[in-house]
Amino acid sequence: MKHTLAILVENKPGVLTRVAGLFSRRGFNIESLAVGVTENADTSRITIVVSGDDHVLEQVEKQLNKLIDVIRVSDIPPDESVSRELALIKVGVDSTTRAEVMQIVDVFRAKIVDVGIKSLVIEVTGDEGKINAMEQLLRHFGIKEMVRTGKIAMNRGAKVVQVEKR
Amino acid sequence: MTKQKMPGARAVIESLYCEDVEVLFGYPGGQVLPLYDELYDADIRHILVRHEQAAAHAADGFARATGKVGVCLATSGPGATNLVTGIATAYMDSVPIVAITGQVPRSLIGNDAFQEANITGITLPITKHNYLVQDTKDIPRIFKEAFYIARTGRPGPVLIDIPKDTQIEVIDFEYPEKIELRGYKPTYAGNEQQVKKAASLILKAEKPIFYVGGGIIFSNATEELRALAEGIMAPVTTTLMGMSAFPSAHSLSVGMLGMHGTRYANYAVQESDLIIAVGVRFDDRVTGKISAFAPNAKIIHIDIDPAEIGKNVRVDVPIVGDAKNVLKTLLKYVKLEQVKTDAWNKKIAAWKKEFPLTYKKDKLLRPQFVVEQISEICPDAIVVTEVGQNQMWAAQFFNFRNPRTFISSGGLGTMGYGFPAAMGAKVGKPESTVIDIAGDGSFQMNSQELATVVQNDIPVIVAILNNGFLGMVRQWQELFFNRRYSQTCLESSVDFVKLAEAYGALGLRATKKNDVKDVIEEAVKSGRPTVIDFVVEKEENVSPMVPAGAAINEILDLE
Repeated sequence: MKHTLAILVENKPGVLTRVAGLFSRRGFNIESLAVGVTENADTSRITIVVSGDDHVLEQVEKQLNKLIDVIRVSDIPPDESVSRELALIKVGVDSTTRAEVMQIVDVFRAKIVDVGIKSLVIEVTGDEGKINAMEQLLRHFGIKEMVRTGKIAMNRGAKVVQVEKR
Repeated sequence: MTKQKMPGARAVIESLYCEDVEVLFGYPGGQVLPLYDELYDADIRHILVRHEQAAAHAADGFARATGKVGVCLATSGPGATNLVTGIATAYMDSVPIVAITGQVPRSLIGNDAFQEANITGITLPITKHNYLVQDTKDIPRIFKEAFYIARTGRPGPVLIDIPKDTQIEVIDFEYPEKIELRGYKPTYAGNEQQVKKAASLILKAEKPIFYVGGGIIFSNATEELRALAEGIMAPVTTTLMGMSAFPSAHSLSVGMLGMHGTRYANYAVQESDLIIAVGVRFDDRVTGKISAFAPNAKIIHIDIDPAEIGKNVRVDVPIVGDAKNVLKTLLKYVKLEQVKTDAWNKKIAAWKKEFPLTYKKDKLLRPQFVVEQISEICPDAIVVTEVGQNQMWAAQFFNFRNPRTFISSGGLGTMGYGFPAAMGAKVGKPESTVIDIAGDGSFQMNSQELATVVQNDIPVIVAILNNGFLGMVRQWQELFFNRRYSQTCLESSVDFVKLAEAYGALGLRATKKNDVKDVIEEAVKSGRPTVIDFVVEKEENVSPMVPAGAAINEILDLE
């Protein structure tokens, strides 16, 4: 079972190493990872997708909380949250296939961000399923290069993951 | 405090003053020259070890004996990497130490400079936290945080890596009064509702047992433990780390449990209907086959580290908090007249009678006898051990009376730990007799520290149970590898009396039972660093024993 964790950490050098190192030495598997600064410049947010049962998840959360630089760990439930990944996909095209690719881009509400004579660079944002579906379709035309970000996620509604004020 | 201008190295010394550090165990080198120059005039005792590993173990032994933070100091590169085993030892056993290392100047970091090692990277998995000083101004804050992190919550080692140029750069020194760590807020008070739940389980239990460990000692909760155990008349078993948390001779004590625990402790745990686990982590050496561990027991688990609760076993009542606080609260809720453990205690008493911890009492000099004699002659000594058979015999046969009198590398099982740790303990507790119960194998891993104890006049006693073998490994080879003693024989390697004398220490030897008392008394009386070579039975085994992977009541008696 996959879980998405939002981890608020001190925005300091070396913190990602501490988090990633903990996963490897405790034998937890990182499926996806995304890091960025939050609304506060001194806090970063790491979104990690980890697979494992409830026991594993409990240990991951507790071990993460032991790191001094980890401020908060929050499990983001999939059905009460929105999640996004972004991919850039370079597809080989010629005059016969260009239009068809552009149609797919339209259907997926993706964007063409670079046009070359023999290629297009497509930017697609969405949940994992949407990006996988788009990738499948574009394979027929020949994907020359693809880069994907890790997943980021946020609770729906008023619920927020933030540093507790004490 | 008013601000004062000073170089980083001076700021380190001032920070140590602010933390009331009286003693450092260290070894100089190129990248800590400015620090050592400041130490030259500083009002801090520096003990010059002969190998940095010993500095870390000594700081650890100091911390375990006194409850204060131990501090060690080494240069960059090899100096720092030599600390690693000591830091890992402290980490596994939750010991508060601060390790200070020099680092190459900031401009050279990452260049593979001479004596450069990424020690913060290397110690990431074996420190509670670590720091690389990147801005000299941060030195006071980092020291304040490091000591705080080391001694609070579940204690542990913290490393501070200080580039040489930051030791020289001048800053305005001001030691912070407050600490702001958003991600570190240990829980000390146990949740009252959970404590009430625990109390009601305790009152219902007919076969309760306390299973306690190092957490009792670290939180100074021995009195609360005793009051509660006597209150509900429940037996107490301790882990290796928990030896000395409860008096060995107490009628409720069932000694150590687990692989080399007593039969009656293991039987009691297996048959109990309630385990009150305090400051323990259900280590594999304790539980044996985990699926067969205490099948009928409900478990109350009290620990300051939430990550330990539910890690290895399912827990019925988890309580996160400091052992002392939680036990105090628990005492409030346990009404003593309701206790019904008479039958249980009778059963345990019968087991004790039927399966006592013993050994063959003949004319031969057996290691258990030596431990018993030490216990009799020096009842209040601080016992430090090496690792292996010596460690188990010390735990089994010494009669512990006071907390912090058993110091041993439990989690990591570090050979070579005992002697330098004993040195640290003696520095911290100069009025106590400190005895390292050693094996001839382990002692040789740090015997160079004889020079340190002689130079600094630290009169520890090393009692070598010399069997000419790496005894514990030999025991396993005897039992599980058909007596094929592959590389475990050390026979006729060293004359330990001459070795001691070569360093200027006192060397004594006992080869017969009759000699034992005399040499121990002579060592104590001498007031000098002493090595006693007890030439003991070669193939004595630690008994009883639970084979690895078996349930803890599947216990064997060994010849």
